[in-house]
Amino acid sequence: MEYLIGIQGPDFVLVAADNVAAHSIIQIKHDYDKMFKLSEKILLLCVGEAGDTVQFAEYIQKNVQLYKMRNGYELSPAAAANFTRKNLADYLRSRTPYHVNLLLAGYDATDGPGLYYMDYLSALAQAPFAAHGYGAFLTLSILDRYYRPDLTRDEAVELLKKCVEELNKRFILNLRSFTVRLIDKEGIHDLEKLPLV
Amino acid sequence: MALQDVCGFLNAPLYPHWNAPPKSREDTTFMLGKRSGADSVSRWLPRSSSSSPMEFYVPVQEYLMESPIEFGQIRPSFDSDWTNPKADDHLPYSLPSISVQSAIPLYISPSVPLPFPLGHGTTTLGFVFQGGVIAAADSRSSCAGLVACPESQKIIPVHSHLVSTTSGTSADCALWKRILARELRLYQLRNRRRLSTGGAAKLLSHMLHPFKGTELCVAATLCGWDGDEFLGGDERSMDAGTQSKGTDGKKTGSVSEASFQPVAEPDAKTQPTASNKTSSTLITTKQTGPRLYYVCSDGLRLQGELFSVGSGSPYAYSILDGNIHWGLSVDEAVSVAREAVYRATHRDAYSGNNVDLYHVTAKGWRRRKREDLKEEYYREKERERKRVEERRREIENKKQTK
Repeated sequence: MEYLIGIQGPDFVLVAADNVAAHSIIQIKHDYDKMFKLSEKILLLCVGEAGDTVQFAEYIQKNVQLYKMRNGYELSPAAAANFTRKNLADYLRSRTPYHVNLLLAGYDATDGPGLYYMDYLSALAQAPFAAHGYGAFLTLSILDRYYRPDLTRDEAVELLKKCVEELNKRFILNLRSFTVRLIDKEGIHDLEKLPLV
Repeated sequence: MALQDVCGFLNAPLYPHWNAPPKSREDTTFMLGKRSGADSVSRWLPRSSSSSPMEFYVPVQEYLMESPIEFGQIRPSFDSDWTNPKADDHLPYSLPSISVQSAIPLYISPSVPLPFPLGHGTTTLGFVFQGGVIAAADSRSSCAGLVACPESQKIIPVHSHLVSTTSGTSADCALWKRILARELRLYQLRNRRRLSTGGAAKLLSHMLHPFKGTELCVAATLCGWDGDEFLGGDERSMDAGTQSKGTDGKKTGSVSEASFQPVAEPDAKTQPTASNKTSSTLITTKQTGPRLYYVCSDGLRLQGELFSVGSGSPYAYSILDGNIHWGLSVDEAVSVAREAVYRATHRDAYSGNNVDLYHVTAKGWRRRKREDLKEEYYREKERERKRVEERRREIENKKQTK
């Protein structure tokens, strides 16, 4: 029902998420933002069960901020991803596991851009491109076919547009709009919402 | 947690040996008798240093072993995805929430039987526009296919500038609204300003989160007006005098609001806060204006401009979606809200009887007189009949003139 996608380039990460908040057959909100800013250069995209997403993502967000306050410097994306995964894993075999699927995208001064795929069973993998949701079935092969490690920003946006077109054509649900953001060494930039009218 | 603190669930049982078999009890009383040597009454009373008035004797040992969140939890005995809301509802053709609206008890528990099957049928809605926030709801409480109460109140005022529509289990909603009202009042007393609607929504969402996965079912929309002034001076000095002044001001309001009947419900909780506007000393620049939040017991918390909750919500959405925009006048907004609830009650079996309407503005909430929708149905039939007659007459006239 919900869709997340991330594409990593040589010096940036491009991420997009749909804007629908649904409750059984009804869309209760059309402009819902599923991205959570963990720090100046890290974004957490979170989908899954209704209350778990916000609770878990805000928990991670506040803890990353707390780390910065205590130690004076920010967590790197790799460290934040592993911290998130550890929390998911700890809650997995408790009475209240968090059923959330995540993409964590960030830019590190030393390591460069990073995109991390996490799922509700607390699997963690760094990947050049990743997607969550039913839409992933339709778009991963497009990413496989057209992705290159040396994509420019415009090419990455074009690739994203191809994916969104395919969703509009073949996906049974109407995902009207997507929030798109780009992370590079300058920080997080908001791009134009897709699809362009 | 508020509820656990109140009930003292987390504290150790006060009289553990009352649950023990009679043999060991004799020993202890014998011991006590030796030690005190006093009257027989004190022999039976175990000495305890802490005796909180909130602690009560729980007779069943097993209940003390369970976590308070699992207390009375119903465990599903059959594993069908479409009735289990925790299942993966990513399947496009499963409608978990709609099926919940059926009055069949979903969880048949071997441990704690439900006293009666719980129903979740209702139509409530709320939307913001330039004149404030409108909250509307029907008044039918259903239970296992019967109408348990045709005149229940589904919109509960939380404080002078916040009302909340309730959906789900009526008892849960009523309790949590009271708890929310208490917490908001405490915040107000401690911080000398009202908590914003967003803050109230976050508070409620965090209070409900530990009960996720239990039978607790609360789906509320908080409709409020965020003010921007600090409370000046001593609130207790704002007595009923200023309150009546406030209501007089409402009565002589603009013509468009003449259809409202202002409420004279002196609630001790809201009295001081209703006189906010008359006692403002500081104006700070913050986000003010009408606000609408949807809070659900499975943790969802959304801000928006239009929400409808309940089994009748799809019917209400279809009426509201075409007709709501920011620039509505108060009369138009009221009539759209009324019509949406009316259409939903017409089609949905679990909604009906009356429509309640609350309008929240910067001055606080005002309640419209409760309307019986049965009358509305007959009035609409009458209007239709007249329209058909007129059309017939027009066609006849045209034929005659030709």
